[in-house]
Amino acid sequence: MINAGIDIGGKEVKVVLLKDGEVIAREKAMGGFEQGQVTEELLERAIKSAGISKKDIASTGVTGSGKKYAPPHEAEITEIGAAAKGAALLYPSARTVIDSGAEDSRAIKCDEKGVAKDFTTNDKCAAGAGAFTESMARALEIRLEEFGEISLQSKKTVPINAQCAVFAESEVVSLINSKTAKEDIARAVNDALAERVVAMVKRIGVEKDVVVIGGMAKNVGYLDGLKRGFKMDVIVPEHPEFIGALGAAIAAREN
Amino acid sequence: MAENTEKKELWRWLEARWTNPDIDWKQGKIVSAGIDVGSVSTQCVVMVDGDLYCYSSLRSGSGSVDSAWRGSNRALEGTGMTVDDWHYCVGTGYGRVNVPMSKRAITEIACHGRGANWMYGPQVKTILDMGGQDCKVIRVDEKGKVTNFAMNDKCAAGAGRGMEVFADFVGVSINDVGDKSFEIDEEPKPVSSTCVIFAKSEAAGLLKEGWQVSKVLAAYCSAMAHRVWELMVRVGIEPELSITGGIAKNRGVVERLEKEIGMKFQEKKWHNPDYIKRNYPFDTQIAGAIGGALFAKALAEKGKA
Repeated sequence: MINAGIDIGGKEVKVVLLKDGEVIAREKAMGGFEQGQVTEELLERAIKSAGISKKDIASTGVTGSGKKYAPPHEAEITEIGAAAKGAALLYPSARTVIDSGAEDSRAIKCDEKGVAKDFTTNDKCAAGAGAFTESMARALEIRLEEFGEISLQSKKTVPINAQCAVFAESEVVSLINSKTAKEDIARAVNDALAERVVAMVKRIGVEKDVVVIGGMAKNVGYLDGLKRGFKMDVIVPEHPEFIGALGAAIAAREN
Repeated sequence: MAENTEKKELWRWLEARWTNPDIDWKQGKIVSAGIDVGSVSTQCVVMVDGDLYCYSSLRSGSGSVDSAWRGSNRALEGTGMTVDDWHYCVGTGYGRVNVPMSKRAITEIACHGRGANWMYGPQVKTILDMGGQDCKVIRVDEKGKVTNFAMNDKCAAGAGRGMEVFADFVGVSINDVGDKSFEIDEEPKPVSSTCVIFAKSEAAGLLKEGWQVSKVLAAYCSAMAHRVWELMVRVGIEPELSITGGIAKNRGVVERLEKEIGMKFQEKKWHNPDYIKRNYPFDTQIAGAIGGALFAKALAEKGKA
């Protein structure tokens, strides 16, 4: 049986095709203002790359903050449910799932079946989300993809005091003006973000194994900050940004 | 037509300086100064025997020391006075401990209380000070002494810096935001995002849906007004109300806030009838520095070094 999973996030749309527990296609693109149309195109691309036809898809599940723009579907699941299901399929030992997206971050406690027991979320403030690093990367003129790597070259701790992404940007500009090295500023930014997420996760308790998903899980500097904050290792799946879509596909299969 | 590639700085508000034409400072007994080094703006006010003599209001530079010097040099331009002529100077604001010419640092809360009391009069009981990087609600007694306050300095959503970022994003000069936000047929719902960063994405969506810029501004101004209202409610709102700081110049926020409170802020007018008669400029941004200069005068009289 083939199921499609769609995750329409704050920034990107992700689509996966799941066949008997195996991902056979994954596609993503910027959502922009035409999230519905982007989703349709991604689905077509995924169908083509998997070498199947549209009617082979038994059912479709959707999740994400933009799920109202999704094409017709059979199942709908919250971002929290999808994150837990997707992470548990890959790592049944996962007890804490941290989903770090572009515009929100959340932490979920779950069991081996991927049933969420407790969760906490921040979607009010960019300071705990990918948007924070994105605006700092812009100020530093570093590509977002390189932001993590660069920050790992730093050996120095430079504190960023501001809580707010807007105020932190002024602080970063001051650091640039005072000739602080780019890698040190990048690390300061990643550490500030990690610190905020660690504080959020601690509210529901941190239990092993910790799995980090979402687009921010590709930022190695942020992951390093999380590891130091939790004083334990974290697991990152190979395609962390697709785990929500995977969870949506599982929800469709279960439906 | 050639494309204009010059980057416009839409967030840049108008700087100011003024000298009182009716005072010869050399005849004065006590020259006192207040320098308010904020995160976004810096003001320097000089008083001669407790009368407003000159002031400047500038954008803060990269360091507090530098900002304090630029503020005082600008204020003293053309007056023949130097900082050595000051009997006492008080530093206030975010950078108050780094004002080299000051003999003492006093919190901006105390200075805004004192300054608003002097500018608006003793009937003022609640002061809203909306600055660049924070927003304060200050309750004062009839002498301008602080009895209680609440403050947000953590989040740009309720501060001037947030408005600067938003104005820049929608491409409207910060000086025009207020007027422009009323060029609408019907008051829209406030933007739902709290965070300025998210509000920008929300605004982009609204513009894409075909909203006019003025309507988007209206939605942002009312969201900001609501946030400020929540802060005011925390300390209680007792009339008369007065407003200080840069946002006071943005009627888009102020008038929507008045509607939400159900009360009006005091007219931006001097308590001193002589100042009204002589048409001295009433600048809400200098309230903190005025408070500083008043404290400085009192300290000079007490002979405290």
